[in-house]
Amino acid sequence: MSNRWIVVLKVLVHAACLLPLAYLVWLFYRSATVDPSALGPDPTSKVSLFTGFGALRLIVISLVISPVRKLLPRLGWLIRFRRMLGLYAFAWATLHVLAYLWLYVGWSWPALLDDLSRRRYIWAGLTAWGLMVPLALTSTTWSIRALGGKRWNLLHRLVYVSAIAAVVHYWWIVKAGVLSPLTVTVTLGVLLLLRPFLAWWKARRSARPATSAVA
Amino acid sequence: MRTPSEIAEITPKSAYQNRRQFMAAAAATAGVAAFAGERFLRPEQAVEAATKLTTAKSQLSLQGVEPTAYKDITSYNNFYEFGTAKSDPSENAQHFKTYPWNVKVSGLVKQPKTFSIDQLLKLRPQEERIYRFRCVEGWSMVVPWAGYSLSEFIKECDPLPSAKFVQFLTLNDPSQMPGMREANIGWPYSEGLRMDEAMHPLTLLTFGIYGETLPNQDGAPVRLIVPWKYGFKSAKSIAQVKFLDKMPHTTWNDLAANEYGFYSNVNPEVDHPRWSQKTERVIGAPIWKQRQPTLMFNGYADQVASLYKGMDLRKNY
Repeated sequence: MSNRWIVVLKVLVHAACLLPLAYLVWLFYRSATVDPSALGPDPTSKVSLFTGFGALRLIVISLVISPVRKLLPRLGWLIRFRRMLGLYAFAWATLHVLAYLWLYVGWSWPALLDDLSRRRYIWAGLTAWGLMVPLALTSTTWSIRALGGKRWNLLHRLVYVSAIAAVVHYWWIVKAGVLSPLTVTVTLGVLLLLRPFLAWWKARRSARPATSAVA
Repeated sequence: MRTPSEIAEITPKSAYQNRRQFMAAAAATAGVAAFAGERFLRPEQAVEAATKLTTAKSQLSLQGVEPTAYKDITSYNNFYEFGTAKSDPSENAQHFKTYPWNVKVSGLVKQPKTFSIDQLLKLRPQEERIYRFRCVEGWSMVVPWAGYSLSEFIKECDPLPSAKFVQFLTLNDPSQMPGMREANIGWPYSEGLRMDEAMHPLTLLTFGIYGETLPNQDGAPVRLIVPWKYGFKSAKSIAQVKFLDKMPHTTWNDLAANEYGFYSNVNPEVDHPRWSQKTERVIGAPIWKQRQPTLMFNGYADQVASLYKGMDLRKNY
């Protein structure tokens, strides 16, 4: 993949991650000016779901890159998109947390503490977001050098815990009997199980040439 | 007694059917172009499919409140038989067959009976009742319903004195209700009321909104409205009514007993385990002023609080 194509693709990924935000801002603008119903019948719920699903999709997409690179070495250049996808996932998760603090908590400490004292899905959601903070902070090339590749990789495995917490958050907020989180759960499950499987596969294959040489 | 002129005011069955045939023909014509066909089936078009109902004003209506827009009432729905997303029912219920329709009455009654929708529509003169509708999820609408008090229907059912509860069952037809397989819920949808709740004049057997028959996504052709309770207590597309001496099982209580009690009266003092019930989001309001305080019994405390005298509403949530 030439650098030129990488640049083109990067522009497209930036657009895909930013245009939904531009759309949301546009709807806010319209609802404040010409069309009060621009954000739909339940704007509070819409903004919360829009930002939450944005974050969840991006975190899952960011987890696709590493296994695909291992399966298809020709797509190794995909690594150049992992950081930006992770950072966009964090940005959308931050918008989601801000929407919650504004629209549900009303910037009130007692209301937040009340929620935290009683509601496990809030804990799951804040865990998912909180674990992304150190990852976003250490996303620079300088941090990778400072930490050393091994330690940096170990730290960034927190993204697995964050993604699982996000899915748990989703299951805990939907009503009993509702199965809408199933798709993302299965997708994430496959992506996470692929990792140990691919490691095992690689170990087996690297062990094999020796035996075949004997035969 | 109803005068013949009152009965005649209700749209005759033939007109009702003709309109539906007209709709089917219109949709078929439009089907030539897929895009146009899509347009004909959009929820807004249901306005044209609906039949006018003649209603009288009611003293029981909310005064000085602007009803929620028709578009919002008919596109923001919880009707899990048609899917769990708010927009699913308006998209998936368009071909739901609500005519002919029968409501089977059984259990502790003098004689089991079946009422056709035509009989039900004409049973009593219909009233417009503007009620606040508060969902357990924390949002509310103001809806101009059309119907008559459920007590009038119950009188026609002749329940025995031993009947203490009424159970309402929604139609159970997976071939028409594509959402039924998508949710892990024991169908048919079951709801119930204590007899005194069912006989309360506010409790409405409902056939319409905005002076027209109910759109399918809002529970056509006949549903319940119990304005002081969370919305899920008000069963939609009712196919069966049973009179019982014991409290019936109810769908949401079966799914999560700690979250949805049998009574489920609107109560800002008793939170849902996963969210506060102190405030509600007004549907159709702009985002910066969407929240308003929730009222005890959804604002109907003067009329219904006496039904629960001496009961601990924290325990009987």
